[in-house]
Amino acid sequence: MAVKFEKKEEGVYTLDCVGYVCPHPQIYTKKMLEKIKPGEILEVVFDNPSSSESISAMCASNGNEIIERVAEGGKYIYKIRRSE
Amino acid sequence: MEEEAKKKKIWALVIIGFFALVSALTYAYSDYYVYLSAYLWFGLIYGMCLQYGRFCFASAFRDLFAVGVPRMVVGIMIATLFFAFVSSFVTATGFSTFHPSPSGIHSMIAGLIFGIGMVFAGGCASGSLYKTGEGNGVALLVILSISVTQSSFADLGGWLNKLVPASWHASATSKKLPAVINAGDGWLDQYLAGYVWNHDKVTFAKLLGLKNESIFGAFGGNLLVGVIIPALVMLIVVYFFWGRKGFVRERMKEKGAVSFSDHFTGFWRMISLSKRTSIAGLILGVACGLQMFVIEGLRIKYGVRNAGEILTRLGSDFGLSIQGTVFDPGYWYVTTQEAQWVGWVMHKLGWNNMDNIFFGYINGIPNPALNPADWMSLALIGGAAIMALLNNEFKFKKPTMELAIWAIAGGFFMGIGSRLGLGCNVGAFFVRVANGDIGGWLFGLGMIGGAFIGVKFFNWWTERKMAKELAGLEI
Repeated sequence: MAVKFEKKEEGVYTLDCVGYVCPHPQIYTKKMLEKIKPGEILEVVFDNPSSSESISAMCASNGNEIIERVAEGGKYIYKIRRSE
Repeated sequence: MEEEAKKKKIWALVIIGFFALVSALTYAYSDYYVYLSAYLWFGLIYGMCLQYGRFCFASAFRDLFAVGVPRMVVGIMIATLFFAFVSSFVTATGFSTFHPSPSGIHSMIAGLIFGIGMVFAGGCASGSLYKTGEGNGVALLVILSISVTQSSFADLGGWLNKLVPASWHASATSKKLPAVINAGDGWLDQYLAGYVWNHDKVTFAKLLGLKNESIFGAFGGNLLVGVIIPALVMLIVVYFFWGRKGFVRERMKEKGAVSFSDHFTGFWRMISLSKRTSIAGLILGVACGLQMFVIEGLRIKYGVRNAGEILTRLGSDFGLSIQGTVFDPGYWYVTTQEAQWVGWVMHKLGWNNMDNIFFGYINGIPNPALNPADWMSLALIGGAAIMALLNNEFKFKKPTMELAIWAIAGGFFMGIGSRLGLGCNVGAFFVRVANGDIGGWLFGLGMIGGAFIGVKFFNWWTERKMAKELAGLEI
């Protein structure tokens, strides 16, 4: 198992960190957001509860918008739009 | 999915019921068990708070340096402030169980090693406990690594003796400890008796020429000078370098300028940004102070100074130190009991580890089933599990090989750091800072440095890994 990066469609990328603990999900999310273009969307999938707080706070601080949050059965899917 | 969530809630009730049953049945056997149950219920509260607030000391500076998030630094400072306030009250009334430890450069070096470890492991000592309660196998591996490292490190001599400065050896042997302890053999023994014990125990109250147990000493020296002012300075620095960025950007969009007074709003926003963390910090801080009050009250009720006397009265005198004591901090602590249970297992397997200061002279290796601090840690895991189950966040996670290596390496560094610093992020930092012990801040400064180094390494590692993973991806 490894962290997986995929291009889902034009302008939408997925980052799958399921199974990973702190600080992997938040660090990979930060790095991926730096790599994609402004306006593009990153869908982060993770199952480490404390990363949800860190990713939310990171997006609030950097101006990236979390456009959708799904939390179900210990698994989280956050769709983040990169700011300009 | 709803069915699964319902099952998890039932499991949460089962855990609460189990702890209640343990308390009730042991009390029915002997009322001395109230002492152990007090540790248990405070542990349960700590576990619930830690999980609810995702309260991990590792993430405080790691997330600050790695992703620019001040959430956890704020949470820890809130918890420390409330703990310090309650502690000052408890100290001024003469009910404190806290004793300052010798402070020096070793506190900072220990914090540095511990800080690197907690970044590698993905959680601090207390964070690993609560994450174990969430079903996280990596965190359990971290606990095992911390425990085995400490337990072994406490008793290792042999070639390690060659690394001991002659002055430490001479000083350790001059302390005239009981012959069975053999203080001149073993790296940690000579470090403790030959170096650490030669340092002063300094509190902020003492620095100002005040008594810890006086109102001025407790509230003026230890609380105001030792906690409130440094915590405010730290929060202002964190706001200036990390917290204000997002706020300034928003204000510039709204008003086109940011005034000096706007920064007060920005500062408050940073404090209140994560309500979960702040609420958890508040309850944690108050509970930590209350635990000291309750344990000291029970010691007075039973006429004991240490749980070793209670275990003896319960007919279990195995594993007591040569002084008849066991580890009984009287407040929240994590790592020593982790060393103890592995020490107990190793002893049962034939390792004579009672001829050292850590186990043989001070903490002992009591049966884990009767070790008050173990009751606290197990209940902490249980409390975190209850909270995770209630919020449908509980999930069993097996460690992968990559994460297992990080966990073992991180646990190793944290284990070494804990023994050198006489505690972890809780015992050597949180508790000491909140009680005005200067060594707590020194350990904390070391932890910040360690987190910085750990993040630098982690960034290098992840960049390398991402370059491989993203090689074929068009971005």
